[in-house]
Formats: sequence, C-alpha cells, structure tokens
Amino acid sequence: MSQAKVPTWVNIALIPALNIMLAFLVSGLVILAIGENPIEAAGYLIYGAFGYDEGIGYTLYYATNLIFTGLAVSVAFKGGLFNIGGEGQAYIGGLGVGLVCLSLDHSMPFYVIAPLAIVGAAIFGAAWAYIPAYLQARRGSHIVITTIMFNFIASSLMVYLIVNWLKEDGRMAPNSRTFEENAWLPYLHELLSPLGIDIGDSPLNLTFIWALLCCVFVWGLIWHTRWGYQLRTLGTNPTAARYAGIDTAKVTIWAMLISGGLAGFVGLNEIMGVNHNLLLNFTAGYGFAGIAVALMGRNHPIGIILAAILFGALYQGGAELAFEIPTITPEIVIAIQGLVILFSGALEHMFKDRIEGFFIRRAVA
Amino acid sequence: MPYAIELRDISKRFGAVQANKDICLQVPAGTIHGIIGENGAGKSTLMSIIYGFYEADTGHIEVDGKRVDIRSSQDAINAGIGMVHQHFMLVENFSVLENVILGAEGGAVLKNGIGAARVELQRLAQEYSLDIDVDAIVEELPVGLQQRVEILKALYRGARILILDEPTGVLTPQEADHLFRILKALKDQGVTVLLITHKLREIMASTDNVSVMRQGEMVAHRETTHTSKEDLAELMVGKKVRLTVDKDDAQPSEVLLSARDLSQFDSQGVKRLKDVSLELRAGEILGIAGVSGNGQSELLNVLSGIAPMSEGEVHFAGQVITAKAPKDAAQMRDLKMAHVPEDRHKMGLVTGFEAYEAAVLGYHNSPDYNGKVLMNRKAMLDECNERMAAWDVRPPNPHLKTANFSGGNQQKIVIAREVEQNPEVLLIGQPTRGVDIGAIENIHEQIVKLRDSGKAILLVSVELDEIMALSDRIIVMFDGAVVGELDAKDADERTLGLMMANAHQKEQEDEEQEGESA
Repeated sequence: MSQAKVPTWVNIALIPALNIMLAFLVSGLVILAIGENPIEAAGYLIYGAFGYDEGIGYTLYYATNLIFTGLAVSVAFKGGLFNIGGEGQAYIGGLGVGLVCLSLDHSMPFYVIAPLAIVGAAIFGAAWAYIPAYLQARRGSHIVITTIMFNFIASSLMVYLIVNWLKEDGRMAPNSRTFEENAWLPYLHELLSPLGIDIGDSPLNLTFIWALLCCVFVWGLIWHTRWGYQLRTLGTNPTAARYAGIDTAKVTIWAMLISGGLAGFVGLNEIMGVNHNLLLNFTAGYGFAGIAVALMGRNHPIGIILAAILFGALYQGGAELAFEIPTITPEIVIAIQGLVILFSGALEHMFKDRIEGFFIRRAVA
Repeated sequence: MPYAIELRDISKRFGAVQANKDICLQVPAGTIHGIIGENGAGKSTLMSIIYGFYEADTGHIEVDGKRVDIRSSQDAINAGIGMVHQHFMLVENFSVLENVILGAEGGAVLKNGIGAARVELQRLAQEYSLDIDVDAIVEELPVGLQQRVEILKALYRGARILILDEPTGVLTPQEADHLFRILKALKDQGVTVLLITHKLREIMASTDNVSVMRQGEMVAHRETTHTSKEDLAELMVGKKVRLTVDKDDAQPSEVLLSARDLSQFDSQGVKRLKDVSLELRAGEILGIAGVSGNGQSELLNVLSGIAPMSEGEVHFAGQVITAKAPKDAAQMRDLKMAHVPEDRHKMGLVTGFEAYEAAVLGYHNSPDYNGKVLMNRKAMLDECNERMAAWDVRPPNPHLKTANFSGGNQQKIVIAREVEQNPEVLLIGQPTRGVDIGAIENIHEQIVKLRDSGKAILLVSVELDEIMALSDRIIVMFDGAVVGELDAKDADERTLGLMMANAHQKEQEDEEQEGESA
C-alpha cells in the first residue's frame, strides 16, 4: 500500500549506504577504543584497496570469488532456498578444475583445457549441491542443514583426496604438483601489457571477466527466461507455483545445480588462476561471505558486483591497514568486516521502515 | 443517560493512508449497533483502536460518559470492552474452561482459579442462556459453539460492551440466527453489542442502529427500522447498486466434465473429500454451497490438478483422470480448464510480481509469451494493457506491483487471465470475496456471459446470496461429501441452510422413523 510511493533509489542506494556508514562509524569507535586514529585508519584502508594499481588488482581478485559465491546464494534465494553450502561447493568445484588441469596439462593446449576446466568446475560444484537439492525436493530435508553438513564433508573429502591420492610424491606439503604453464589462466596484467597498459602485478586474472559474464547470464536467466519466471514464482509464493502447474521439485533441483556450479567457479580463480596447484582450504570463507554479498547486493547482479567490490576492498584494504598500523591486528580487521555484514545484512531493516515512512510523509505533504 | 461507548473525532493514519478520519460514534447502552462498510472502509482499524491494538492519532473514547485511555487490550478489558475476533483466538486442544481463564488464571497454581472459574462460568451460562459443556475440548466443538466460547471469554472478563468482527463468516444461516438470538439475550441483560459486518441482511435482521463507513469516514447513522438494504448499499458504495443478477434461463447441453466417487485423503490420512460425484454441462453454472471448510477447497484443488486425488475418476476432454493416471495443473490447463482460486493472494497471484507478470501465471509456457530463449516481454505487456482496458482494471498500469491493486482489481486480473484463455470449463472459487460492491456486479456479469457462450462453470462460494443469484443448479457439500442437489429455482435460504448443516436428511429420517413407529 505504501511501497509505491517510496522512490526506488531510497531502497537500492540510500539505505545500503546508510548501513555501511553506520558500520564504519561503529568500526571507528572500535579503533578509537584501541587508541588509534580512525580517520588515519580509514585512509590506509581506502588507499590500500583503491589507491594504487596493485591494490585495485587485489581488490578485484578478491571480488571475483565473492561475485561467484554471491551469485550462487542469490540464484538459490530467488527460489526461496538458503544455500549455505557455497563453501563446500566452491571447494569441490576447485577439485574439478584441479583434476582437469592435472590430467590434461601434459597433453592439451590451453584453449582445450580452459573450457574443460570451466565445465569441470561447474559440474563438480553442481554435483555437490545436487544431493542436498534432491533431499530437499523429494524428501523434505531442510536445505540449510544439509548444505552446512556438506561443507564439512567436502572439507574432509578434500583432505583425504589430496593427502592420499593427489599429493606430489616425496613431499610433505599437502598439495598437488604445480600444473604446467599451459594450464594457467593468464593474469590480466600479462594480457594488457602488450597493449601498453600497465595495471601493476596482482593475482587478478581472466576469471574476473568470466565472473562478469556470469552476472549477465544470471540476470538474463532470472528476469528474462521462463525458467527464471518459474524460479521467482516458487521463491515468492510456492502455493501459486503449484497452482500454476510448476514442477516445484524440478525447479528446486535446478536452482541448486546452478547455484552450486556458480560457487564452483571460485576454483577457477584460485586453482587455475593463482595457485596453479590443488591445495587445501583455498576457499578461505568466500562461500560464507557470499551470503553477506548477496544480502547486501539485494540478490541482483549489479548489487552483487558492487557488494563484492566493497568486501574485496575490505579484504585488501584491511590487510594493508594491519600492515601499516600494527596495533590494528588482522582480528580487528575481521571485526570491521563483521560489522559491515551485521549492519548491512542482519540489521538491514533497522532503518528501512523509518526512512520509507519519511519519504511517504514527504510525498503526501 | 450517558452512552455506553462514545467515540469523539477519532483519526488514524498509516503512512499515506488515512484509515480513519474524524470518526464520531454514539452507542446507547443495551443496544445492538451495526457498523457496515466495504473492505478497506476502516471498520477493522476502528475496532482495533477501541480494543487497544492501535492508538488513535487524535480523538478520544468515552465509556459510560467517562473518558478512558486505551493503550492495550488489557486497558480495553478493564474498561469493560470485550472482543470476539473473526478468526477465533482459542487454544484448540484446551478445554472450554481452560480457554476461558487463559490470561486470567488467578495465580500461579491453576487449581484455585479453575474452581472459581467453573462456578462463575456456570452463573454466566445460566444468566445469558449460553449453554456449553465447560469441560469439552474446543477443537471437538462445532464452530458455532467455539464462537460461544469466545463470547463467554469476554463476559468472564467483565465485558459490558461486546465487539463482534464479521461473526457469521464461518456459520451456517441457522447458526447465524442462533448467534443473533444470543445477542438479543445479551442485550436484554444490558450488554451493548457492536456488530461489524459487510452483510446487509444481518444488519437488517439484528441491529437497532447502524452506522455506515466509507473510505475511512463515518458517512451515515441510521435507525435500522428506518432504512433498507438498498439504502445502506448505496451509502456504502456512494452510488446506486443493483443487488441482483440479470440472467436468462440456462441452456445446458452436453456433459463437459464428470467426476465419479472422487475422494481425497490428507497427509494425516483423514478423508477430506468423500466420494463426490458430479456432472458439469456446457452452458450452465453449477454452484457448490457449503460452510467454509467442508471440502469445497479440496474439490477445486483435485479437479484443477493442484492436489492429487486418492480415489475415483474424472472424465474431461476425452481423458480419464484417476489417482494412477493423474494430470497436474499445467496439463489440466492444456485441456482447457481454467481455475480462479479461492484465495487470490495465496494462490492466484504472486503479489510481489508486476501486474503483467502475474497476468501470465500458469500460462507462462505458452508460445504467445515466449521467444526461443527469453520471454517475450513486449507481448506480455501489450496483452496486459489490452486486458486492463477491456476489464477496466484500475489503475491500468502493467508495471504496478500486484500487491498495490485493490482486491477487486486484483480479482479482475485473475479472472481476466483465466477467462481470456477461452476455457471449456471454468472453476471459480469465492469470485467476489474481498471485492467492493461496485466490482461485484461486473464480475457476476462476466461469469454469466461466459455461461451464455456455452462454457461450463463450477462456482464455489460461501456467500449464499451469490450462490442463489448465479447458479442454475446447486450442490450442497457437508463434511467433504455431497449432501444434496437442487435446482436453483427451488433453492431458498432455509432449505440450503439446513442442507449445509446436514440437518435436512436427519429431519427426514426422524420423520420416517416417527411414521414407522406410529
């Protein structure tokens, strides 16, 4: 009844901006409490994230992972499913990438390996999401519980596989051999330097472009295809979905497959783009951070890109901050990230009613 | 003598919506006062203010000539105001006694309170002739008696002013009559009753005075004996309204749909639909009458393919549909069966969608709306614009969120969507529930028009007036089964009411037994 009167920009820009500012305000108090200057700290953080070419590269490299996991969460969420298993799906997706690279890098050129690695990441990530999806759709097991469980299973499975099967012979480190260079995704600075563009050395690689393509794909899929229509119907009104004759179980399963596949692409960035071998714990919490990214990005690809860049900046700028001001430990940086998640995610509705009410009254007056 | 309750210049605003504006109301003690108005006229808001759910922005309330400050329902109870909600606030697996003392237990140990309550309840029941077994479990009581428990609850808390919000929605006509007798008895004991309803018949039958609300304002006060249904309807809507439907006699031809021994068990194994058989002919409207919750919803869901049938078979469009060979909702649509569901918010629409998206729900796979890969947004928008113009949907904006249309316009979007597919059979549930009187006329005309074009219509409604006005043939359902069928010409409220309570057969059986023993 009142929704129509609130300008769109209030919901998509003003409220998120207020939430972030409040998070930074509280962070500032935390920094004051440990005896440092918050303005100075903010300066280091922003400079570290955006102030120089390498910093920007790192920010976007972190953002790449977060775009994938953010998209993964939002596709499931559009269907009313809360996929907490992005972490595990990303981990297993990385396994798919690693297996493709390890088995083909001696025999195949890059342009064969790269597409197969993309397919491998998607299939392995999707496969890991399939079992929770099946259990939800056909057996009614709650997807939140099963996907959390599957994160732990993925973690154990990877330790087992790497330690017992994929570890390089004669070495103690729990990772596979390094791939041949024809199975490395090119860094963006390598691609751009022949064109005379210098963006500084950073792990930012071709996966970033793939992440942007995935955003376009998800946007088209959700808002412009029949399947997306069915997904959104199911997510907003499951009873209406049954009335419309939508096969809800099938849509549920496919939503999770796509979600898992998207999460799996984190493996491309980490395994094929940066580490060039299969290792433990490369997902480093990106799967969980994706939930915050999706929430903050309002489950829309554009919002997810912006939120992913914000969180990427917090990762990169936070590292810089901890380096420049030693009393601000990495734990404090994590606390700041936590505050951003708290204010923009969990407390999202704290100001919503009041701000909307303000604009409604203004519209009436 | 001061008024039992008096409202002075009550105003309440929710954001942009002025729900109540300068409401004044005077209710003499010991009278039954009706408050009538369309959905969204502000009746419920006003009652919520009196009962302390909302606080008024301006204005105040006086009880027995003294100004009272009502900020919570506890304040209202202390002021002697009791409320019987439309949806009962009862704990179903508690006994009547336990329900009545809920919130007024009188101490941490229940035993003393229960003993005192038992005595008090018996006194109340006698004084107001509200007979009830105080140890019965509430869920085992029929709805009429559950409502009586609600009334007792209010009286037990010392209510001298009783507010009833749409009390007859779940009752058969006979139960409703019984309720009105109880209200008269209460009135004779000096209790003041505020009756909120949108049913003109009830106002005429039971009240002393009536106040009419329209768009948040009190537009008229009348003595019931000095007004008429037509007068009140006009006051409610603000223009002249016709309360009848013009239609010629039906010309039923071939059977389009037939159901045989249709049954459905729910997940607990309870039989919700009991061996229902019916035939639906082209060119007729078959009305299903019954008190809400007697299997009508299950029948619609099974016929439309939303819910699986457990036993029986349906013959439709040359197909035999059984539990072993089911068809889902999409397949039934392909066979040209359209369905306007009973609850448009829960089922018929996705209220978060823009109107043009909600206008293809169920038909979203049609080639009309799809390109090779993407949906054809332009086609959807063009068609939505056309239909909004043809069906007079207001505002005619396909991009407006479905939730922001009024009930009547939402219903027009749903009915337009289903009727424009040119179905052979239309299942339509509660076509005018929550729809403004002005739009009801239009919807009824469209249903009759569809019938006259040779389609078959199955109409489910809990409004007897609607069933009698539209149907050519009427089937009555009770407890999941068909308990009677009659020609619409032979139907009157009493006969239907008795059948709805399934007393019809029992009466006959009793007469037969008497005949035999004599």
